[in-house]
Amino acid sequence: MSPLLFGRRAIRSMSGASDPSDGRSLWQDARGRFLGNRAAMASLVTLLVLVLFVLFGDSLAAWSNEEIDWAMLGNVAEEGGPSFANGHYFGVDELGRDLFARTVQGAGISLMVGVLGALVSMVVGTLYGAVAGYLGGAVDNVMMRIVDVLMAIPYMFVLIVFMVVFGRSILMLFVGIGLISWLDMARIARGQTLSIKNRDFVEAAVAIGVRPGRIILRHIIPNLLGVVVVYATLLVPSMIIYESFISFLGLGVQEPATSLGALISDGASQMQYGTLWQLLFPLFFFVTTLFAFFFVGDGLRDALDPRDR
Amino acid sequence: MIYYVARRLAVAVPTLLILIIVSYVLMYAAPGGPFDTERTLPPEVMANLQHKYGLDQPLFVQIWRYVVSIVTEFDFGPSFQYTDQTVNDVIRQGFPVTLTYGAWAFLVAVVTGVSLGIAAALRHNSLLDYLSVGVSVGAQVLPNFVLAPVLTLVFTLWLAWLPGGGWQGGHWPYVILPVIALSTSFMASIARMTRSSMLEALNADFIRTARAKGLPMRRIVFRHALKPTMLPVVSYLGPTFVGMITGSVVIDVFFATGGIGQFFVNSALNRDYPVIMGITILAGALTIAFNLMVDLLYAWLDPRIRY
Repeated sequence: MSPLLFGRRAIRSMSGASDPSDGRSLWQDARGRFLGNRAAMASLVTLLVLVLFVLFGDSLAAWSNEEIDWAMLGNVAEEGGPSFANGHYFGVDELGRDLFARTVQGAGISLMVGVLGALVSMVVGTLYGAVAGYLGGAVDNVMMRIVDVLMAIPYMFVLIVFMVVFGRSILMLFVGIGLISWLDMARIARGQTLSIKNRDFVEAAVAIGVRPGRIILRHIIPNLLGVVVVYATLLVPSMIIYESFISFLGLGVQEPATSLGALISDGASQMQYGTLWQLLFPLFFFVTTLFAFFFVGDGLRDALDPRDR
Repeated sequence: MIYYVARRLAVAVPTLLILIIVSYVLMYAAPGGPFDTERTLPPEVMANLQHKYGLDQPLFVQIWRYVVSIVTEFDFGPSFQYTDQTVNDVIRQGFPVTLTYGAWAFLVAVVTGVSLGIAAALRHNSLLDYLSVGVSVGAQVLPNFVLAPVLTLVFTLWLAWLPGGGWQGGHWPYVILPVIALSTSFMASIARMTRSSMLEALNADFIRTARAKGLPMRRIVFRHALKPTMLPVVSYLGPTFVGMITGSVVIDVFFATGGIGQFFVNSALNRDYPVIMGITILAGALTIAFNLMVDLLYAWLDPRIRY
């Protein structure tokens, strides 16, 4: 059963409500297809739950993320496991801090890095690609060569150098990840712009004397949005992976702040002592988040760009 | 063809230069010099040290010297952290290890990925197909730093089949887990790519012609369908290679294999700038060289490409 099949059914039930002679816009069509995609909808609900967890998890937690439960220290392996009785729903970490509160915080930071990173790359990449593609010629050549050069650099190493030189903070992590993440987006936006810029509506705009800047903002970019949004959704999980990669190495966020990658790393370093909950809870959140974003991204792609199937 | 290679090299050389210059400037801008110790040195001693290593020169002179010594003598300078060792010694020590498991992981990713993809495409909509699609979707959310702890948990702590770290000169049980952890997500991507492009190739007209001629299926798959199938896979080899290099950092740290990644992270934590830069430049040079090779391979495979 293809997602398209569900999509059709959903569209039919939707259009039953309105006057059948009404045309459906591209976006309505896409919404129908997306709403009919079960995996994507389930993932969307998962993401909503996750956001609620991040926003309100702190008020559920019995402990704060920095507080050390001295009763646990020294016998974390025996008594520190998940328990409702002592308020450590996810157990404690190796220093006796509440893992539930830390997971709430870590998931929040990972999510924030992912979404903000994707947003930055969306804005910068789309503008860059649209300008390069629309202007064409020598400008395009130079702009895209710059992208080529930047892409050939092993970004992860440069990112680590960056973090070392400018100090480890979330802000630097954002800047560093933002610096590299827009490259793919720029290429995609440029390719799409090339196919749009010779269409009649752009020519019409040129003919009535609209300036290039305005054409790019008002005529080109709105038509790129479908592709860009799809790609941005798929970019969120890779941003989360980047951040977690760096934090896993201990080069990312600094204590007491944490992220899912840092928590996974902590949990992994303790697993020989039998405190598996320290690894498995963050791991579960990490994997679930990534899955949800991938499925939403795939669902959006099917909805906005059905030719791709 | 020669013109094409020359043009690619013309992009590659400035890229590498930019990488060197950017990392040198970053390092120069960083707070804390190489000779800052807990006890402050007398200013005269400091000035002498700075002079000996050329650090009292203007920035562009320093960069120029650095580039010249790399190009002419392949010399990246001394390490700050590992006394009595040059960056070259560090690389010489770590690189063979990284190369060993990196090459294995690359091979495993490409060979299993391509075979799995082809098998799935040939048995389209069968159990095998669903299994391989499931594996490749699942592996998407298992990057190396997630897979490594999970593998160690299962194979070292629970089953006690394989060692959870160390290198022992590359003795085979020590290589297996790093290779699996490093290759799986790329294997999955390659499998998915191969599957879809093989499906596309099998529906093409020239395959129908080959079938109509009565060629055996094996010959059709390997002689006719394989070549167009491999094109997207070949273009993905570049990112795979980069993934092996960056992934080696996680592998080295997690499995304590002693490759360059371990030195890189240690140096990053201890601000050992020459080592960080040496390894970054090495990784950059390898990436650029490999991408060039991939592009040439692609041009050779696909006769439609005009350089």
